[in-house]
Amino acid sequence: MDVLKDVNAIFRDVLENDDLVITRETTSADVEEWDSLNHIQLVVSIEKHFKLKFTANEIRNWKNVGEMCDAISLKLNV
Amino acid sequence: MILDFQTLKSQAKGIQKDNFKKAKIAILGNYATQFISKSIGYSGLTHSIEFEIYNAEYDQIEPEIFDQNSGLYNFSPDFVFITISSLKLQDKFYSLSAEEKTHYTRNYIANLTNLINVLDSRLKTKIIINNLEILNDQVFGNIYSKIDLSFAGNIYNLNYELLRLARSFDNLYLFDINGLIQYYGARNIRDWGQYVNADLHYSLDFHAVISEKLVTFIAAFLGAIKKCLIIDLDNTIWGGVIGDDGLQGIEIGSLGVGKSYTELQKWIKQLKERGIIIAVCSKNTEAIAKEPFEKHPEMVLRLDDIAVFVANWENKADNIRAIQQILNIGFDSMVFLDDNPAERAIISQNLPAVSVPELPDDPALYLDYLKSLNLFETASFSTGDKDRTKQYQQEAERQKLQFSLTNIEDYLKSLQMQIVLEPFNPLDIPRIAQLTQRSNQFNLRTVRYSESEIKDIGTDPGYFTCSIKLKDKFGDYGLISVLILKKLNDEELFIDTWVMSCRVLKRGVESSVVNYCVDLAKHNGFKQLVGEFIPTAKNDLVRDHYLNLGFTNHNGLWYLDTQNFKPLVHYIN
Repeated sequence: MDVLKDVNAIFRDVLENDDLVITRETTSADVEEWDSLNHIQLVVSIEKHFKLKFTANEIRNWKNVGEMCDAISLKLNV
Repeated sequence: MILDFQTLKSQAKGIQKDNFKKAKIAILGNYATQFISKSIGYSGLTHSIEFEIYNAEYDQIEPEIFDQNSGLYNFSPDFVFITISSLKLQDKFYSLSAEEKTHYTRNYIANLTNLINVLDSRLKTKIIINNLEILNDQVFGNIYSKIDLSFAGNIYNLNYELLRLARSFDNLYLFDINGLIQYYGARNIRDWGQYVNADLHYSLDFHAVISEKLVTFIAAFLGAIKKCLIIDLDNTIWGGVIGDDGLQGIEIGSLGVGKSYTELQKWIKQLKERGIIIAVCSKNTEAIAKEPFEKHPEMVLRLDDIAVFVANWENKADNIRAIQQILNIGFDSMVFLDDNPAERAIISQNLPAVSVPELPDDPALYLDYLKSLNLFETASFSTGDKDRTKQYQQEAERQKLQFSLTNIEDYLKSLQMQIVLEPFNPLDIPRIAQLTQRSNQFNLRTVRYSESEIKDIGTDPGYFTCSIKLKDKFGDYGLISVLILKKLNDEELFIDTWVMSCRVLKRGVESSVVNYCVDLAKHNGFKQLVGEFIPTAKNDLVRDHYLNLGFTNHNGLWYLDTQNFKPLVHYIN
């Protein structure tokens, strides 16, 4: 499964930007619509899509999209 | 199934705002309310309401209400939603001394009463506050009831006091968040990770659940209410087919899964007593279809509960059109209940305004499903609502009489109508307010008034008021029409409001009212009676109302010269 591709689709949906392209290095500073409210919606949508639940700590510590994707992959492989 | 936030958001996105109602709502919370605000906006769109929303800053309930120059008062909302999270209350409660905890409920309610008083006196607005989430913190376990230091005990006390508060303020309403939490399950309403990280007091999706329910309630204030429930019979309100299984074979009460149907009937009966009109629409031979209502000992619904009974072999869409003709209410105020998906599809396609619940296959699930749809939200209740079924049955009788008489004058004379026109009587205020809120078709300007506003107008020397009651030989209609006349200047009296129940159309009531108003105007020295028609999606019925009554149009307003007026002919005493 290409986690980044799925995550990109979720970003487009939640942030209502159909042209958005994110990479592992993307941070919230790079994407105008990625504010704290939308971040909550992103996390909830990702949890639903991959059918998993993050801990409070995991949500807190992501520095960029790459770390987000790694957390997803880690949970999916267990 | 929990409606999720993202789905609600995307549903709202594509909606065309044609003929939308508009309302201003302010949201004040003791927690971060950005999501509830967004969600209310989305729910509004899916209910054809365009909200203008003022979302107060975090935990600013008191400053917003006390400061006369706050954003809240500048915004001047139609609705104020005050939302209180019990988690936040609990946090504050824990920081109190034992002595303070003992007085917690009393102090909290005193403070809140004061707040509501200030808000209610400064703004003409509906105040909606959620009841407090029952949260047993398990500090005192099950002896919470004995200990006034217990937070859980205090929450129960607070909810009781809130109920009393809502009864003492006409404009204060208590939103039942506990009912929602109970339905969705306390475990499904929170996302503790997000609570810790983002102070999100409810899960993202539960915000959508709250806003859907809240907006349905607000829509009721704006006139969107269901007035009639149309029921199919076989396999909908009893199990089996009466024409095949016979009186002894249908499942109701103790037979088979009869309990499902009995409980559904009991609920329908309660709705009927609240004032919802019950009609039957069934593919059956009429005499056979009526048999259980007359003879089955375990039937809850009886013939006198049914306002209109239609059982034949015609197409149900035509039958519902016929029911609509008799009741004279909008299709969008009707709900149609049928176990058969094909019948449901016919109605949905032909009469898309009618609500058609997709009943589950298992009758044991009917009632729980129907309750979850929150179809019968209402903004007012008056005791006269209970008698409505009888009035509609009488209407069905009158319509039969109308067929047998060939000329309308003879028919009207034969009704022996008697009318009472009088200034607003304090006892009638709930019904008067309700008429201004519920009438959509015969409503010239569609201005909605609350009970307290009606009360004020009744005593304001700048207004004349008139309520109209009608009865005839078949029965009493009760209060059927309301006029509010406003003094524009020494010469002109303006008809601010004229609403009438459509049940009494074409009886000459309007003529009788005009005669009365002209007398009133003349008597008080006014030369002109001035009317206005403001078109809406629903009041086309009265487009030519003033023209038909002899008013003349001038620059969009309708004028009637009281000096040269010849009384209109009618047959009402």
